[in-house]
Amino acid sequence: MKPATLSEAEMDAISDWSESSQQLVRELLGKYPDKRSAVMPLLYVSMIENGYVTAEGMKSVAVLTGLTGAQVQSVASFYSMYKREELGKYLVSVCTSISCFLLGADDVLAAIEDETGVPDGETGHDGTFTVEHVECNGACGGAPVVLVNYEMVEGVTAEKARELVKWLRDGGPDVVGTEEMQQLFGGAKSFDWAVREPEGAVLPVPAFAPYGSARGVK
Amino acid sequence: MKILTERMEAHRTDSHTIERYEATGGYSALRKGFEIGPEAVTAEVKASNIRGRGGANFPAGVKWGFLAPARPAYLVINADESEPGTFKDRQLLERDPHQLVEGVVLSSYALGVNHAFIYIRGEYPKPARRVQHAVDEAYAKGYLGKDILGSGFDLDVTVHLGGGAYICGEESALLNSLEGRRGEPRIKPPFPAVEGLYSKPTIVNNVETISNVPWIVSNGGIAYASIGPDTSAGTRLISLSGHINKPGNYEIVMGMTWRDLIYDIGGGIPGGRELKAWIPGGSSAPWFVPAEHLDTPATIDDVNDLGSMMGSGAVIVMDETTDVVAAAHRIVRFYSHESCGQCTPCREGTTWLERIFNRLLNGQGRMADIDLLIDVSDGISPGLTWPPAMTTICPLGPSATAPVVSIMKYFRDEVEARVVSGIPVALEAADG
Repeated sequence: MKPATLSEAEMDAISDWSESSQQLVRELLGKYPDKRSAVMPLLYVSMIENGYVTAEGMKSVAVLTGLTGAQVQSVASFYSMYKREELGKYLVSVCTSISCFLLGADDVLAAIEDETGVPDGETGHDGTFTVEHVECNGACGGAPVVLVNYEMVEGVTAEKARELVKWLRDGGPDVVGTEEMQQLFGGAKSFDWAVREPEGAVLPVPAFAPYGSARGVK
Repeated sequence: MKILTERMEAHRTDSHTIERYEATGGYSALRKGFEIGPEAVTAEVKASNIRGRGGANFPAGVKWGFLAPARPAYLVINADESEPGTFKDRQLLERDPHQLVEGVVLSSYALGVNHAFIYIRGEYPKPARRVQHAVDEAYAKGYLGKDILGSGFDLDVTVHLGGGAYICGEESALLNSLEGRRGEPRIKPPFPAVEGLYSKPTIVNNVETISNVPWIVSNGGIAYASIGPDTSAGTRLISLSGHINKPGNYEIVMGMTWRDLIYDIGGGIPGGRELKAWIPGGSSAPWFVPAEHLDTPATIDDVNDLGSMMGSGAVIVMDETTDVVAAAHRIVRFYSHESCGQCTPCREGTTWLERIFNRLLNGQGRMADIDLLIDVSDGISPGLTWPPAMTTICPLGPSATAPVVSIMKYFRDEVEARVVSGIPVALEAADG
């Protein structure tokens, strides 16, 4: 699959994006038979550029995909992971669906709200944390589960959740990786993870190399 | 008998690498497939009788048979695993991604597809990283790309991340999402096999289903069909969660009883507590209770006959301490949040169910709320029958009625007591 060639107007729309993001845009557009399909990946790239899904970001994605801004917004507003407000450095998501609920997820959420001082669905004033409850994250065998920038920690207790918050606040790691957090704050897992993963997340966008959001963990 | 999890159990630390995959027979099924030809690969999958593992349990070979002749056609792997209780595909994606990739190449070859997509839920970045890495390795080794292994067959694979929406597990919603649209299910017909991605013929299959294809091609469809009961052929991954001693994914041959599954495989209930109820196939399934169902077989047809479903293979166990009103509320809230909003009965119905449950949980319930819950449920799925009657484009709305019907059927006294006292029966019992 060959990277797409961008027109002048398309380049103009992302002239303030980093060169690496501009290259990702070409590659992502080349991965689909129809450029409209790149809307979701490009929204993630726009979040990396702007921190969240901004009006300008949506306009850029619209130009790149041949859509109107309203069409892009209709997509961005449908999915829960395209955040349209400024986020904290760490998005802490607590699953409170049935299996996690049965094993104490509400206590974990309460502990995180208390320790961060940020209520469910909000971002703290200092910009460190955004806290949210989320629906099932596919970690029911290791319930309750907490995600930090979509990196998973399974088998979390209320007490461990407080320690996780302190570790993020005091240490302020630039990259969060699922294994390190699991080792420090996790418990039972859904299955044997077996080996460490070399990459983690730098911001509240799923860490995935083709979207430019993955970084090596130490 | 292990098919899907054999490699990851035998080779714990490197089952996800191409080196280990090749060293344990990986990509030999692909060579065999190219020798026997696409029609023969299709014939093996049909002969295997494998039923889709995403939740609908529809025979995969039959689905393939619906693919219209127009080209291009597409294969889309549904890795949007989101049914509460389900975490099996995550393990397959992380621990044995090449098994899926080989299945994708074989299936695409059989179907005459030159571009396949793997749609992974957005909250699964680690599985996506593993799959993308496997895809990159497969390209580098000539298992993907142009003229694969000198066969003349070309295939590209795109790994796509979702944006956080349960509804995209519904195949036509997934296709809309992949087209860069809101994940709203389409009215059917036309079915995706006729008009799917970009209005072209498209097959959508689950991760686990396609991960079985290399074994089926290597060993023959008949060998697969001979495993387990006739209409529940093969092994399948069961995800055990909730109040159970040994939660996890288990690859089983279908046909054992629920007692075997919960007490032998799952190690029973923590603290020796009593089993109160379980959900046999993901949160959309009506509940089972020990008095009626513990010694019945866990097969697709037996569970259907008893008014529920094996669904995605997710078993959620609830012990005697469970507040069933709160548990049902939690499931209803999920559907209320995940309703795409297209169909009024689902959008409004799930919202009102959640509100009425909120009232019950807050100690403000009224006796009339019990009939109201049933009435609203009946408005979403008239008659509250099994399988559910539909007033909606997709089954999400009717799924929200499953916990309501279940608690009214088995635990109505607890719901009524909740209205009267405002506190959970389970809590009263715990406090003596």
